[in-house]
Amino acid sequence: MSRDVAQYSRHPHNRAALLFLAPWLLGFFGLTLLPMLGSLYLSLTSYDLLTAPRWIGLHNFAQLFTADPRYIQSIKVTVIYVFVSVPLRLVLALALAMVLRRGLKAIGLFRAAFYLPSLLGGSVAIAVLWRRLFAGDGLLNLALGEFGLDGLPSWVSNPDYAVYTLVLLAVWEFGSPMIIFLAGLNQIPKDLYDAAAVDGAGRVATFFRVTIPLLTPIIFFNLIMQVIGSFKTFTPAFVVSAGTGGPADSTLFYTLYLYQQGFTFFHMGYAAAMAWVLLAVIAAITAVNFLGSRYWVFYEDVA
Amino acid sequence: MSTATAARSHRRAWAPFLPRWALYLILIVSAALMLYPIGWMIGSSLKPQDEIFTTPGVLPHTLELGNYAKGWSGVSGVTFGRFFLNSFIVAGLAVVGNVVSCSLAGYAFARLRFRFKKAAFAAMLATIMLPYHAVLIPQYIVFYQLSWIDTYLPLLVPKFLATDAFFIFLITQFMRSIPTELDEAARIDGCGTAGIYRHVLLPLSTPALVTTALFTFIWTWDDFFSQLVYLSSPSKYTVTLGLRQFLDSTGESAWGPMFSMSVLSLVPITVIFILFQRRLVEGIATTGLKG
Repeated sequence: MSRDVAQYSRHPHNRAALLFLAPWLLGFFGLTLLPMLGSLYLSLTSYDLLTAPRWIGLHNFAQLFTADPRYIQSIKVTVIYVFVSVPLRLVLALALAMVLRRGLKAIGLFRAAFYLPSLLGGSVAIAVLWRRLFAGDGLLNLALGEFGLDGLPSWVSNPDYAVYTLVLLAVWEFGSPMIIFLAGLNQIPKDLYDAAAVDGAGRVATFFRVTIPLLTPIIFFNLIMQVIGSFKTFTPAFVVSAGTGGPADSTLFYTLYLYQQGFTFFHMGYAAAMAWVLLAVIAAITAVNFLGSRYWVFYEDVA
Repeated sequence: MSTATAARSHRRAWAPFLPRWALYLILIVSAALMLYPIGWMIGSSLKPQDEIFTTPGVLPHTLELGNYAKGWSGVSGVTFGRFFLNSFIVAGLAVVGNVVSCSLAGYAFARLRFRFKKAAFAAMLATIMLPYHAVLIPQYIVFYQLSWIDTYLPLLVPKFLATDAFFIFLITQFMRSIPTELDEAARIDGCGTAGIYRHVLLPLSTPALVTTALFTFIWTWDDFFSQLVYLSSPSKYTVTLGLRQFLDSTGESAWGPMFSMSVLSLVPITVIFILFQRRLVEGIATTGLKG
Protein backbone atom coordinates (compact mmCIF):
# COMPACT_ATOMS: atom_id res chain seq x y z
CA MET A 1 0.00 0.00 0.00
CA SER A 2 2.68 2.49 1.02
CA ARG A 3 4.44 1.53 -2.18
CA ASP A 4 1.46 2.63 -4.27
CA VAL A 5 1.30 5.93 -2.45
CA ALA A 6 4.98 6.52 -3.02
CA GLN A 7 4.37 5.83 -6.68
CA TYR A 8 2.61 9.15 -6.95
CA SER A 9 5.21 11.25 -5.23
CA ARG A 10 7.65 13.10 -7.46
CA HIS A 11 10.71 10.95 -6.98
CA PRO A 12 9.53 7.49 -6.01
CA HIS A 13 12.67 5.65 -7.12
CA ASN A 14 15.53 7.57 -5.53
CA ARG A 15 17.00 4.55 -3.83
CA ALA A 16 16.50 2.11 -6.72
CA ALA A 17 17.96 4.65 -9.16
CA LEU A 18 21.05 5.00 -6.99
CA LEU A 19 21.57 1.25 -7.22
CA PHE A 20 20.97 1.03 -10.97
CA LEU A 21 23.16 4.05 -11.64
CA ALA A 22 25.89 3.04 -9.18
CA PRO A 23 28.33 1.72 -11.84
CA TRP A 24 27.76 4.72 -14.09
CA LEU A 25 28.07 7.20 -11.19
CA LEU A 26 31.37 5.63 -10.12
CA GLY A 27 32.62 5.75 -13.69
CA PHE A 28 31.38 9.28 -14.33
CA PHE A 29 32.97 10.79 -11.24
CA GLY A 30 35.97 8.47 -10.87
CA LEU A 31 36.98 7.91 -14.49
CA THR A 32 35.67 10.98 -16.31
CA LEU A 33 34.98 14.11 -14.23
CA LEU A 34 37.78 13.90 -11.67
CA PRO A 35 40.38 12.82 -14.26
CA MET A 36 39.35 15.76 -16.44
CA LEU A 37 39.92 18.15 -13.57
CA GLY A 38 43.11 16.28 -12.69
CA SER A 39 44.22 16.64 -16.28
CA LEU A 40 43.61 20.39 -16.10
CA TYR A 41 45.71 20.61 -12.94
CA LEU A 42 48.50 18.47 -14.42
CA SER A 43 48.61 20.63 -17.53
CA LEU A 44 49.86 23.42 -15.25
CA THR A 45 52.64 21.29 -13.79
CA SER A 46 55.78 19.45 -14.73
CA TYR A 47 55.31 15.79 -13.83
CA ASP A 48 57.31 12.68 -14.71
CA LEU A 49 55.33 10.09 -12.70
CA LEU A 50 58.20 9.49 -10.25
CA THR A 51 58.63 12.83 -8.46
CA ALA A 52 55.74 14.99 -7.26
CA PRO A 53 54.15 17.36 -9.81
CA ARG A 54 55.78 20.79 -9.84
CA TRP A 55 53.57 23.84 -10.46
CA ILE A 56 54.75 25.81 -13.49
CA GLY A 57 51.64 27.81 -14.37
CA LEU A 58 51.00 28.27 -18.08
CA HIS A 59 54.53 27.34 -19.07
CA ASN A 60 53.46 24.12 -20.85
CA PHE A 61 51.05 26.02 -23.07
CA ALA A 62 53.62 28.72 -23.81
CA GLN A 63 56.10 25.99 -24.68
CA LEU A 64 53.61 24.27 -27.01
CA PHE A 65 52.83 27.30 -29.10
CA THR A 66 56.11 29.19 -29.10
CA ALA A 67 58.97 26.78 -28.58
CA ASP A 68 57.99 23.37 -29.89
CA PRO A 69 58.28 23.05 -33.68
CA ARG A 70 57.28 19.35 -33.54
CA TYR A 71 53.98 20.35 -31.91
CA ILE A 72 53.27 22.91 -34.64
CA GLN A 73 54.20 20.24 -37.20
CA SER A 74 51.77 17.78 -35.59
CA ILE A 75 48.98 20.36 -35.87
CA LYS A 76 49.85 20.97 -39.52
CA VAL A 77 49.83 17.25 -40.36
CA THR A 78 46.57 16.64 -38.52
CA VAL A 79 44.83 19.62 -40.13
CA ILE A 80 45.88 18.47 -43.62
CA TYR A 81 44.68 14.96 -42.83
CA VAL A 82 41.29 16.07 -41.47
CA PHE A 83 40.49 18.72 -44.06
CA VAL A 84 41.52 16.66 -47.06
CA SER A 85 40.14 13.26 -46.02
CA VAL A 86 36.77 14.24 -44.53
CA PRO A 87 35.37 16.11 -47.58
CA LEU A 88 36.62 13.42 -49.99
CA ARG A 89 35.17 10.69 -47.83
CA LEU A 90 31.77 12.39 -47.54
CA VAL A 91 31.53 13.21 -51.26
CA LEU A 92 32.36 9.62 -52.16
CA ALA A 93 29.92 8.31 -49.55
CA LEU A 94 27.11 10.48 -50.92
CA ALA A 95 27.89 9.63 -54.55
CA LEU A 96 27.81 5.89 -53.94
CA ALA A 97 24.70 6.21 -51.77
CA MET A 98 22.97 8.03 -54.66
CA VAL A 99 23.87 5.20 -57.03
CA LEU A 100 22.96 2.45 -54.57
CA ARG A 101 19.51 3.77 -53.74
CA ARG A 102 18.44 3.43 -57.33
CA GLY A 103 17.14 -0.04 -56.61
CA LEU A 104 19.60 -1.91 -58.79
CA LYS A 105 20.01 -5.65 -58.55
CA ALA A 106 22.49 -7.13 -56.04
CA ILE A 107 22.42 -3.88 -54.08
CA GLY A 108 23.08 -5.76 -50.83
CA LEU A 109 26.24 -7.24 -52.28
CA PHE A 110 27.59 -3.85 -53.36
CA ARG A 111 26.64 -2.27 -50.06
CA ALA A 112 28.54 -5.02 -48.24
CA ALA A 113 31.58 -4.56 -50.49
CA PHE A 114 31.69 -0.83 -49.79
CA TYR A 115 30.99 -1.19 -46.08
CA LEU A 116 33.50 -3.93 -45.23
CA PRO A 117 36.61 -1.68 -45.60
CA SER A 118 35.23 0.82 -43.08
CA LEU A 119 34.67 -2.02 -40.61
CA LEU A 120 38.21 -3.36 -41.00
CA GLY A 121 40.06 -0.13 -41.80
CA GLY A 122 40.88 0.94 -38.25
CA SER A 123 42.73 -2.29 -37.45
CA VAL A 124 46.45 -2.81 -37.11
CA ALA A 125 46.27 -5.47 -39.85
CA ILE A 126 45.06 -2.99 -42.46
CA ALA A 127 47.63 -0.42 -41.34
CA VAL A 128 50.30 -3.11 -41.81
CA LEU A 129 48.92 -3.79 -45.28
CA TRP A 130 48.98 -0.06 -46.10
CA ARG A 131 52.65 0.15 -45.23
CA ARG A 132 53.32 -2.57 -47.82
CA LEU A 133 50.92 -1.21 -50.48
CA PHE A 134 52.75 2.11 -50.69
CA ALA A 135 56.32 0.93 -50.18
CA GLY A 136 58.87 1.42 -52.96
CA ASP A 137 58.43 -2.19 -54.07
CA GLY A 138 54.82 -2.25 -52.82
CA LEU A 139 51.62 -3.20 -54.57
CA LEU A 140 50.85 0.24 -56.00
CA ASN A 141 54.21 0.55 -57.73
CA LEU A 142 54.02 -3.07 -58.90
CA ALA A 143 50.59 -2.41 -60.43
CA LEU A 144 51.75 0.86 -62.02
CA GLY A 145 54.81 -1.00 -63.28
CA GLU A 146 52.49 -3.22 -65.32
CA PHE A 147 51.52 -0.05 -67.19
CA GLY A 148 55.16 0.79 -67.80
CA LEU A 149 55.62 3.34 -65.03
CA ASP A 150 59.04 2.94 -63.46
CA GLY A 151 61.25 4.71 -60.96
CA LEU A 152 58.35 5.59 -58.66
CA PRO A 153 59.16 6.65 -55.09
CA SER A 154 58.35 4.81 -51.90
CA TRP A 155 55.22 6.71 -50.99
CA VAL A 156 55.28 5.92 -47.26
CA SER A 157 58.90 6.95 -46.82
CA ASN A 158 58.67 10.20 -48.75
CA PRO A 159 57.79 13.17 -46.50
CA ASP A 160 55.85 14.82 -49.34
CA TYR A 161 53.47 11.91 -49.86
CA ALA A 162 53.36 9.88 -46.63
CA VAL A 163 50.40 11.70 -45.09
CA TYR A 164 48.38 11.29 -48.32
CA THR A 165 48.69 7.52 -48.11
CA LEU A 166 46.90 7.86 -44.76
CA VAL A 167 44.36 10.21 -46.32
CA LEU A 168 43.71 7.51 -48.90
CA LEU A 169 43.20 4.96 -46.14
CA ALA A 170 40.62 7.26 -44.51
CA VAL A 171 38.82 7.81 -47.82
CA TRP A 172 38.79 4.05 -48.39
CA GLU A 173 36.65 3.81 -45.22
CA PHE A 174 33.71 5.77 -46.65
CA GLY A 175 31.28 2.89 -46.00
CA SER A 176 29.78 3.95 -42.70
CA PRO A 177 28.85 7.52 -43.72
CA MET A 178 27.52 5.99 -46.95
CA ILE A 179 25.14 3.83 -44.96
CA ILE A 180 23.96 6.84 -42.96
CA PHE A 181 23.40 8.74 -46.24
CA LEU A 182 21.46 5.78 -47.68
CA ALA A 183 19.16 5.75 -44.67
CA GLY A 184 18.70 9.52 -45.00
CA LEU A 185 17.93 9.33 -48.72
CA ASN A 186 15.25 6.72 -48.10
CA GLN A 187 13.56 9.10 -45.64
CA ILE A 188 12.95 11.77 -48.27
CA PRO A 189 9.22 11.68 -49.10
CA LYS A 190 8.59 10.38 -52.64
CA ASP A 191 5.86 12.94 -53.35
CA LEU A 192 8.47 15.71 -53.27
CA TYR A 193 10.12 14.08 -56.26
CA ASP A 194 6.75 13.75 -57.95
CA ALA A 195 6.06 17.43 -57.30
CA ALA A 196 9.47 18.39 -58.69
CA ALA A 197 8.83 16.27 -61.79
CA VAL A 198 5.42 17.89 -62.30
CA ASP A 199 7.06 21.31 -62.03
CA GLY A 200 9.43 20.23 -64.79
CA ALA A 201 12.59 20.06 -62.70
CA GLY A 202 15.46 18.23 -64.37
CA ARG A 203 17.73 15.75 -62.67
CA VAL A 204 20.37 18.27 -61.68
CA ALA A 205 17.82 20.70 -60.31
CA THR A 206 16.06 17.90 -58.42
CA PHE A 207 19.35 16.87 -56.86
CA PHE A 208 20.32 20.37 -55.75
CA ARG A 209 16.84 21.67 -54.88
CA VAL A 210 15.24 18.59 -53.31
CA THR A 211 17.77 15.94 -52.35
CA ILE A 212 20.57 18.10 -50.95
CA PRO A 213 18.39 20.48 -48.86
CA LEU A 214 16.46 17.62 -47.31
CA LEU A 215 19.68 15.77 -46.62
CA THR A 216 21.43 18.68 -44.86
CA PRO A 217 20.74 17.40 -41.32
CA ILE A 218 22.43 14.10 -42.22
CA ILE A 219 25.31 15.86 -43.97
CA PHE A 220 25.74 18.01 -40.88
CA PHE A 221 25.71 14.99 -38.57
CA ASN A 222 28.21 13.09 -40.71
CA LEU A 223 30.46 16.14 -40.94
CA ILE A 224 30.70 16.58 -37.17
CA MET A 225 31.22 12.89 -36.44
CA GLN A 226 33.86 12.46 -39.14
CA VAL A 227 35.80 15.59 -38.20
CA ILE A 228 35.93 14.63 -34.53
CA GLY A 229 36.82 11.03 -35.37
CA SER A 230 39.59 12.11 -37.75
CA PHE A 231 41.22 14.38 -35.16
CA LYS A 232 41.56 11.34 -32.91
CA THR A 233 43.10 8.99 -35.51
CA PHE A 234 46.12 7.16 -34.14
CA THR A 235 46.57 3.55 -35.26
CA PRO A 236 47.47 3.96 -38.97
CA ALA A 237 49.98 6.75 -38.32
CA PHE A 238 51.61 4.75 -35.54
CA VAL A 239 51.86 1.50 -37.50
CA VAL A 240 52.86 2.98 -40.86
CA SER A 241 55.63 5.07 -39.28
CA ALA A 242 56.63 2.43 -36.71
CA GLY A 243 55.66 4.81 -33.91
CA THR A 244 57.95 7.63 -35.00
CA GLY A 245 55.58 9.84 -36.97
CA GLY A 246 58.24 9.86 -39.67
CA PRO A 247 59.63 10.30 -42.24
CA ALA A 248 60.68 13.78 -41.07
CA ASP A 249 57.59 14.02 -38.82
CA SER A 250 55.34 14.00 -41.90
CA THR A 251 52.86 11.58 -40.26
CA LEU A 252 53.17 12.96 -36.74
CA PHE A 253 49.45 13.03 -35.95
CA TYR A 254 48.36 15.01 -32.92
CA THR A 255 47.49 11.91 -30.89
CA LEU A 256 50.75 10.25 -31.87
CA TYR A 257 52.77 13.19 -30.58
CA LEU A 258 50.64 13.19 -27.42
CA TYR A 259 51.45 9.50 -26.97
CA GLN A 260 55.17 10.14 -27.46
CA GLN A 261 55.21 12.99 -24.94
CA GLY A 262 53.20 11.05 -22.37
CA PHE A 263 54.43 7.51 -22.71
CA THR A 264 57.83 7.67 -24.40
CA PHE A 265 59.24 10.74 -22.59
CA PHE A 266 56.88 10.62 -19.58
CA HIS A 267 56.17 14.34 -19.82
CA MET A 268 52.78 13.85 -18.18
CA GLY A 269 52.08 17.53 -17.55
CA TYR A 270 52.97 18.43 -21.12
CA ALA A 271 50.81 15.63 -22.53
CA ALA A 272 47.90 16.74 -20.31
CA ALA A 273 48.24 20.25 -21.73
CA MET A 274 48.11 18.78 -25.25
CA ALA A 275 44.99 16.81 -24.32
CA TRP A 276 43.26 19.97 -23.11
CA VAL A 277 44.10 21.85 -26.29
CA LEU A 278 42.62 18.93 -28.28
CA LEU A 279 39.50 18.99 -26.12
CA ALA A 280 39.15 22.75 -26.61
CA VAL A 281 39.61 22.45 -30.39
CA ILE A 282 37.04 19.67 -30.70
CA ALA A 283 34.58 21.61 -28.55
CA ALA A 284 35.17 24.77 -30.61
CA ILE A 285 34.73 22.98 -33.95
CA THR A 286 31.51 21.39 -32.73
CA ALA A 287 30.23 24.75 -31.47
CA VAL A 288 31.13 26.58 -34.71
CA ASN A 289 29.45 23.84 -36.74
CA PHE A 290 26.30 24.11 -34.66
CA LEU A 291 26.21 27.89 -34.96
CA GLY A 292 26.89 27.75 -38.69
CA SER A 293 24.33 25.01 -39.18
CA ARG A 294 21.50 27.53 -38.68
CA TYR A 295 22.34 28.99 -42.06
CA TRP A 296 22.51 25.85 -44.15
CA VAL A 297 20.86 22.93 -42.33
CA PHE A 298 17.22 22.54 -43.20
CA TYR A 299 14.94 21.01 -40.57
CA GLU A 300 11.54 20.12 -41.95
CA ASP A 301 8.59 21.62 -40.07
CA VAL A 302 5.97 19.22 -38.85
CA ALA A 303 3.20 20.71 -40.96
CA MET B 1 -2.82 12.52 -61.94
CA SER B 2 -3.29 8.83 -62.55
CA THR B 3 -1.07 6.36 -60.72
CA ALA B 4 0.59 5.36 -63.96
CA THR B 5 1.65 8.89 -64.87
CA ALA B 6 2.75 9.52 -61.32
CA ALA B 7 4.89 6.41 -61.43
CA ARG B 8 6.37 7.42 -64.77
CA SER B 9 7.20 10.96 -63.71
CA HIS B 10 8.55 9.56 -60.50
CA ARG B 11 10.83 7.23 -62.39
CA ARG B 12 11.97 10.10 -64.57
CA ALA B 13 12.87 12.28 -61.62
CA TRP B 14 14.79 9.39 -60.15
CA ALA B 15 16.34 8.46 -63.44
CA PRO B 16 20.12 8.20 -63.30
CA PHE B 17 22.48 10.61 -64.93
CA LEU B 18 23.79 7.54 -66.73
CA PRO B 19 22.23 4.44 -68.25
CA ARG B 20 21.86 1.35 -66.09
CA TRP B 21 24.76 -0.60 -67.57
CA ALA B 22 27.10 2.31 -66.87
CA LEU B 23 25.98 2.38 -63.25
CA TYR B 24 26.67 -1.33 -62.91
CA LEU B 25 30.06 -0.85 -64.50
CA ILE B 26 30.91 1.93 -62.03
CA LEU B 27 29.75 -0.19 -59.11
CA ILE B 28 31.63 -3.29 -60.17
CA VAL B 29 34.86 -1.44 -60.90
CA SER B 30 34.76 0.53 -57.64
CA ALA B 31 33.84 -2.53 -55.57
CA ALA B 32 36.75 -4.42 -57.14
CA LEU B 33 39.11 -1.53 -56.40
CA MET B 34 37.86 -1.34 -52.81
CA LEU B 35 38.35 -5.03 -52.15
CA TYR B 36 41.53 -5.49 -54.17
CA PRO B 37 43.91 -4.57 -51.31
CA ILE B 38 42.21 -7.05 -48.97
CA GLY B 39 42.26 -9.76 -51.65
CA TRP B 40 45.90 -9.06 -52.36
CA MET B 41 46.75 -9.39 -48.65
CA ILE B 42 44.95 -12.75 -48.44
CA GLY B 43 46.71 -13.94 -51.60
CA SER B 44 50.07 -12.67 -50.38
CA SER B 45 49.67 -14.52 -47.09
CA LEU B 46 50.03 -17.66 -49.24
CA LYS B 47 52.94 -16.46 -51.40
CA PRO B 48 56.68 -16.89 -50.93
CA GLN B 49 58.44 -13.64 -50.04
CA ASP B 50 59.95 -12.87 -53.46
CA GLU B 51 56.57 -13.22 -55.13
CA ILE B 52 55.04 -10.64 -52.75
CA PHE B 53 57.64 -8.18 -54.00
CA THR B 54 57.23 -8.93 -57.68
CA THR B 55 53.60 -9.67 -58.59
CA PRO B 56 50.56 -7.42 -58.21
CA GLY B 57 48.21 -10.37 -58.82
CA VAL B 58 45.94 -11.75 -56.12
CA LEU B 59 46.42 -15.49 -56.69
CA PRO B 60 49.78 -16.99 -55.71
CA HIS B 61 51.80 -18.91 -58.36
CA THR B 62 53.53 -21.03 -55.74
CA LEU B 63 51.53 -21.90 -52.67
CA GLU B 64 53.47 -21.21 -49.45
CA LEU B 65 51.38 -22.59 -46.60
CA GLY B 66 54.40 -22.39 -44.30
CA ASN B 67 53.67 -18.67 -43.79
CA TYR B 68 50.85 -19.54 -41.44
CA ALA B 69 52.92 -21.95 -39.35
CA LYS B 70 55.78 -19.47 -39.19
CA GLY B 71 53.46 -16.61 -38.29
CA TRP B 72 51.56 -18.61 -35.68
CA SER B 73 54.81 -19.35 -33.80
CA GLY B 74 54.69 -15.68 -32.86
CA VAL B 75 57.29 -13.41 -31.35
CA SER B 76 59.35 -13.18 -28.14
CA GLY B 77 58.51 -16.82 -27.40
CA VAL B 78 54.76 -16.18 -27.31
CA THR B 79 52.56 -17.75 -29.99
CA PHE B 80 49.66 -16.10 -31.75
CA GLY B 81 47.45 -18.68 -30.06
CA ARG B 82 48.15 -16.84 -26.83
CA PHE B 83 47.53 -13.42 -28.42
CA PHE B 84 44.20 -14.58 -29.81
CA LEU B 85 43.16 -16.05 -26.47
CA ASN B 86 44.05 -12.77 -24.74
CA SER B 87 42.09 -10.75 -27.28
CA PHE B 88 39.03 -12.97 -26.86
CA ILE B 89 39.25 -12.66 -23.06
CA VAL B 90 39.56 -8.88 -23.15
CA ALA B 91 36.89 -8.34 -25.83
CA GLY B 92 34.53 -10.89 -24.24
CA LEU B 93 34.75 -9.33 -20.77
CA ALA B 94 34.39 -5.85 -22.27
CA VAL B 95 31.13 -7.00 -23.89
CA VAL B 96 29.83 -8.33 -20.56
CA GLY B 97 30.85 -5.11 -18.80
CA ASN B 98 29.19 -2.81 -21.32
CA VAL B 99 25.98 -4.80 -21.64
CA VAL B 100 25.49 -5.08 -17.87
CA SER B 101 26.49 -1.58 -16.78
CA CYS B 102 24.95 0.29 -19.71
CA SER B 103 21.64 -1.58 -19.49
CA LEU B 104 21.41 -0.87 -15.73
CA ALA B 105 21.96 2.84 -16.33
CA GLY B 106 19.72 2.81 -19.40
CA TYR B 107 16.88 1.33 -17.37
CA ALA B 108 17.23 4.01 -14.68
CA PHE B 109 17.12 6.80 -17.29
CA ALA B 110 14.25 5.25 -19.25
CA ARG B 111 11.94 4.19 -16.43
CA LEU B 112 12.80 5.47 -12.95
CA ARG B 113 11.85 8.85 -11.56
CA PHE B 114 14.49 10.26 -9.23
CA ARG B 115 16.13 13.51 -8.14
CA PHE B 116 18.64 15.15 -10.46
CA LYS B 117 17.55 12.90 -13.32
CA LYS B 118 17.69 15.67 -15.92
CA ALA B 119 21.12 16.83 -14.77
CA ALA B 120 22.48 13.27 -14.71
CA PHE B 121 21.11 12.56 -18.19
CA ALA B 122 22.62 15.77 -19.57
CA ALA B 123 25.98 14.93 -17.96
CA MET B 124 25.84 11.47 -19.52
CA LEU B 125 25.11 12.92 -22.98
CA ALA B 126 27.95 15.42 -22.63
CA THR B 127 30.49 12.64 -22.14
CA ILE B 128 29.58 10.95 -25.44
CA MET B 129 31.61 13.43 -27.49
CA LEU B 130 34.49 13.63 -25.01
CA PRO B 131 37.80 12.54 -26.54
CA TYR B 132 39.42 9.70 -24.60
CA HIS B 133 42.70 11.64 -24.50
CA ALA B 134 41.23 14.26 -22.17
CA VAL B 135 41.07 11.70 -19.35
CA LEU B 136 43.93 9.45 -20.44
CA ILE B 137 46.84 10.93 -18.47
CA PRO B 138 45.15 11.15 -15.02
CA GLN B 139 43.55 7.73 -15.56
CA TYR B 140 46.97 6.34 -16.31
CA ILE B 141 48.38 7.91 -13.14
CA VAL B 142 45.55 6.48 -11.01
CA PHE B 143 45.97 3.00 -12.51
CA TYR B 144 49.72 3.34 -12.05
CA GLN B 145 49.24 4.13 -8.33
CA LEU B 146 46.95 1.10 -8.05
CA SER B 147 49.64 -1.08 -9.70
CA TRP B 148 47.22 -1.98 -12.48
CA ILE B 149 49.70 -1.27 -15.28
CA ASP B 150 50.37 -4.39 -17.37
CA THR B 151 47.07 -5.97 -16.29
CA TYR B 152 43.73 -6.02 -18.11
CA LEU B 153 42.04 -3.99 -15.37
CA PRO B 154 42.59 -0.56 -16.97
CA LEU B 155 40.96 -1.91 -20.15
CA LEU B 156 38.03 -3.64 -18.41
CA VAL B 157 37.08 -1.66 -15.29
CA PRO B 158 35.93 1.35 -17.35
CA LYS B 159 33.57 -0.97 -19.28
CA PHE B 160 32.01 -2.25 -16.04
CA LEU B 161 31.57 1.38 -14.96
CA ALA B 162 29.58 2.35 -18.07
CA THR B 163 32.06 4.88 -19.46
CA ASP B 164 30.94 4.19 -23.05
CA ALA B 165 28.02 6.57 -22.61
CA PHE B 166 26.90 6.14 -26.19
CA PHE B 167 25.52 2.70 -25.39
CA ILE B 168 23.61 4.03 -22.35
CA PHE B 169 21.94 6.50 -24.70
CA LEU B 170 21.18 3.77 -27.24
CA ILE B 171 19.61 1.49 -24.63
CA THR B 172 17.69 4.33 -22.94
CA GLN B 173 16.13 5.33 -26.26
CA PHE B 174 15.21 1.75 -27.02
CA MET B 175 13.66 1.12 -23.60
CA ARG B 176 11.61 4.30 -23.88
CA SER B 177 9.93 2.83 -26.95
CA ILE B 178 8.70 -0.19 -24.95
CA PRO B 179 5.10 0.42 -23.70
CA THR B 180 4.88 1.11 -19.94
CA GLU B 181 1.71 -1.02 -19.74
CA LEU B 182 4.03 -4.02 -19.63
CA ASP B 183 5.71 -2.64 -16.50
CA GLU B 184 2.29 -2.12 -14.90
CA ALA B 185 1.26 -5.68 -15.68
CA ALA B 186 4.47 -7.03 -14.19
CA ARG B 187 4.03 -4.83 -11.11
CA ILE B 188 0.53 -6.25 -10.58
CA ASP B 189 2.06 -9.70 -10.87
CA GLY B 190 4.34 -8.77 -7.99
CA CYS B 191 7.51 -7.61 -9.72
CA GLY B 192 9.54 -4.86 -8.07
CA THR B 193 11.82 -2.39 -9.85
CA ALA B 194 14.56 -5.00 -10.19
CA GLY B 195 12.08 -7.64 -11.37
CA ILE B 196 10.72 -5.37 -14.09
CA TYR B 197 14.25 -4.70 -15.28
CA ARG B 198 15.17 -8.37 -15.24
CA HIS B 199 11.98 -9.94 -16.58
CA VAL B 200 10.39 -7.28 -18.78
CA LEU B 201 12.78 -4.65 -20.11
CA LEU B 202 15.96 -6.66 -20.44
CA PRO B 203 14.46 -9.41 -22.63
CA LEU B 204 12.54 -6.88 -24.73
CA SER B 205 15.66 -4.78 -25.29
CA THR B 206 17.57 -7.61 -26.94
CA PRO B 207 18.09 -5.74 -30.25
CA ALA B 208 19.74 -2.79 -28.50
CA LEU B 209 21.79 -5.12 -26.30
CA VAL B 210 22.99 -7.09 -29.34
CA THR B 211 24.02 -3.85 -31.08
CA THR B 212 25.90 -2.83 -27.93
CA ALA B 213 27.60 -6.23 -27.70
CA LEU B 214 28.62 -6.30 -31.39
CA PHE B 215 30.13 -2.84 -31.48
CA THR B 216 31.85 -3.30 -28.11
CA PHE B 217 33.44 -6.49 -29.40
CA ILE B 218 34.54 -4.93 -32.69
CA TRP B 219 35.97 -1.79 -31.07
CA THR B 220 37.76 -3.69 -28.32
CA TRP B 221 39.15 -6.23 -30.77
CA ASP B 222 40.48 -3.39 -32.94
CA ASP B 223 41.56 -1.17 -30.07
CA PHE B 224 45.22 -0.33 -30.25
CA PHE B 225 45.82 2.90 -28.35
CA SER B 226 44.80 1.90 -24.81
CA GLN B 227 46.26 -1.61 -25.14
CA LEU B 228 49.55 -0.09 -26.27
CA VAL B 229 49.52 2.27 -23.30
CA TYR B 230 48.64 -0.29 -20.65
CA LEU B 231 50.10 -3.68 -21.67
CA SER B 232 53.85 -4.26 -21.67
CA SER B 233 54.69 -7.95 -21.23
CA PRO B 234 54.37 -10.04 -24.42
CA SER B 235 52.51 -12.88 -22.66
CA LYS B 236 49.65 -10.42 -22.03
CA TYR B 237 49.66 -8.96 -25.54
CA THR B 238 46.48 -8.95 -27.57
CA VAL B 239 46.44 -9.69 -31.29
CA THR B 240 46.88 -6.03 -32.26
CA LEU B 241 49.95 -5.68 -30.04
CA GLY B 242 51.26 -9.05 -31.23
CA LEU B 243 51.01 -7.90 -34.84
CA ARG B 244 52.81 -4.68 -34.10
CA GLN B 245 55.57 -6.52 -32.21
CA PHE B 246 55.90 -9.02 -35.03
CA LEU B 247 56.19 -6.22 -37.56
CA ASP B 248 58.89 -4.48 -35.51
CA SER B 249 61.02 -7.57 -34.94
CA THR B 250 60.64 -9.74 -38.05
CA GLY B 251 57.89 -8.30 -40.22
CA GLU B 252 59.96 -6.37 -42.72
CA SER B 253 61.88 -9.51 -43.59
CA ALA B 254 58.92 -11.90 -43.33
CA TRP B 255 55.94 -10.37 -45.08
CA GLY B 256 54.29 -13.72 -45.80
CA PRO B 257 53.97 -14.69 -42.12
CA MET B 258 53.15 -11.07 -41.27
CA PHE B 259 50.22 -11.08 -43.71
CA SER B 260 49.08 -14.53 -42.61
CA MET B 261 48.57 -13.33 -39.03
CA SER B 262 47.08 -10.03 -40.23
CA VAL B 263 44.51 -12.01 -42.23
CA LEU B 264 43.70 -14.21 -39.22
CA SER B 265 43.29 -11.13 -37.01
CA LEU B 266 40.53 -9.90 -39.33
CA VAL B 267 38.61 -13.20 -39.25
CA PRO B 268 36.52 -12.62 -36.08
CA ILE B 269 35.25 -9.23 -37.27
CA THR B 270 34.57 -10.54 -40.76
CA VAL B 271 32.57 -13.43 -39.28
CA ILE B 272 30.55 -10.96 -37.19
CA PHE B 273 30.03 -8.92 -40.35
CA ILE B 274 28.72 -11.93 -42.27
CA LEU B 275 26.45 -13.15 -39.47
CA PHE B 276 25.12 -9.80 -38.27
CA GLN B 277 25.39 -7.55 -41.32
CA ARG B 278 21.81 -6.36 -41.05
CA ARG B 279 22.07 -5.52 -37.36
CA LEU B 280 25.35 -3.62 -37.91
CA VAL B 281 23.95 -1.67 -40.85
CA GLU B 282 20.80 -0.89 -38.88
CA GLY B 283 22.86 0.20 -35.88
CA ILE B 284 24.84 2.62 -38.04
CA ALA B 285 21.85 3.86 -40.01
CA THR B 286 19.60 4.56 -37.03
CA THR B 287 22.12 5.87 -34.53
CA GLY B 288 25.10 7.04 -36.55
CA LEU B 289 27.47 4.67 -34.76
CA LYS B 290 30.86 4.70 -36.32
CA GLY B 291 31.29 1.34 -38.03
